Amino acid sequence: MLKLVSKRCKGCGICANFCPKKVLEITEVGKCAIIPGKEDDCIQCGQCELRCPDYAIFVEKDK
Amino acid sequence: MGMEQLLEKYFRPGRLPHIWCPGCGHGIITGAIVKAVDKLGLSKDEVAVISGIGCSSRASGYLDFNTANTLHGRALPIASGLKMANPKLKVIVPSGDGDAAAIGGNHLIHAARRNIDLTLIVYNNSIYGMTGGQYSPLTPKGSKATTAPYLTIEPAFNLLDLAKAAGATFVARSTTFHVQNMVDVIAKAIEHKGFSIVECVTGCPTNFGRQNKIGSAPKMIEWQRDHGVMIGAWNRMDDETRAKALADGKFPIGVLYENNDVQEYTEAYDELIKRAQGGK
Repeated sequence: MLKLVSKRCKGCGICANFCPKKVLEITEVGKCAIIPGKEDDCIQCGQCELRCPDYAIFVEKDK
Repeated sequence: MGMEQLLEKYFRPGRLPHIWCPGCGHGIITGAIVKAVDKLGLSKDEVAVISGIGCSSRASGYLDFNTANTLHGRALPIASGLKMANPKLKVIVPSGDGDAAAIGGNHLIHAARRNIDLTLIVYNNSIYGMTGGQYSPLTPKGSKATTAPYLTIEPAFNLLDLAKAAGATFVARSTTFHVQNMVDVIAKAIEHKGFSIVECVTGCPTNFGRQNKIGSAPKMIEWQRDHGVMIGAWNRMDDETRAKALADGKFPIGVLYENNDVQEYTEAYDELIKRAQGGK
């Protein structure tokens, strides 16, 4: 599961750019979001969390 | 521990979002410092973060350690005083390329010369960000800046060579693409007994990227990915390949130099006190 903290997101696009499965996008309002229908494509690699400069996206590993 | 838990543990509550621009890598570096501190299992009381002035220096305000936001370029003298007063503290100094190499350049060489046990983290975004994009001593030659509308004609310092020549005993570099490597080298730098410097190459999309038409923040990080070469691979290059890599703007990353045989300054000072007191 991806947890997005929209309040902190500044829409720089780093997460979307480095997502190997292209799950993320920057919406019209300039915030990161999961592309509708791509929720299950996330492989929880953590590339987004690793480079998010605003601490606005976290990977919560499935238990 | 994930970043979310580290924020709870090491960041001051209620201070986020931070002031850094969209796509600024400073948040990545500050996150890496916290991850390194956590990796070493240090408590908040064991660590002090002393910064100067600049975008990078805002880091101390977000971190819940013993912190001080001091004068432009003067973080190292204040950190030195703190270390002398309490040598048990792990003192980390986040600094920018302007702060560390220009106005604080003199303090840098002398802190390195003394080999005092401080960890200087240089957030190198190649520009003065906070004041609007003036070129710094680390701006690559031929770059555009607010104060260089016809491109800079000055070569940049190789800050790590400078620090090493001045006497630094731990010298490393990383980038905001190579985050895990950055955490690793910062942890080693904090552990090292003596003056450590870690140059963290980061992007300033607002003031450097835009003026130099590099593009968005992700493009700046891709540039780091394409130009940072792990030190092992760098050392295996033959001279010709390395010369070409340098000409292409590539640079080695990782721990570039470490020397554990030089006495640390606070230890030398303790000996001096014993000597002055007649060896008692």
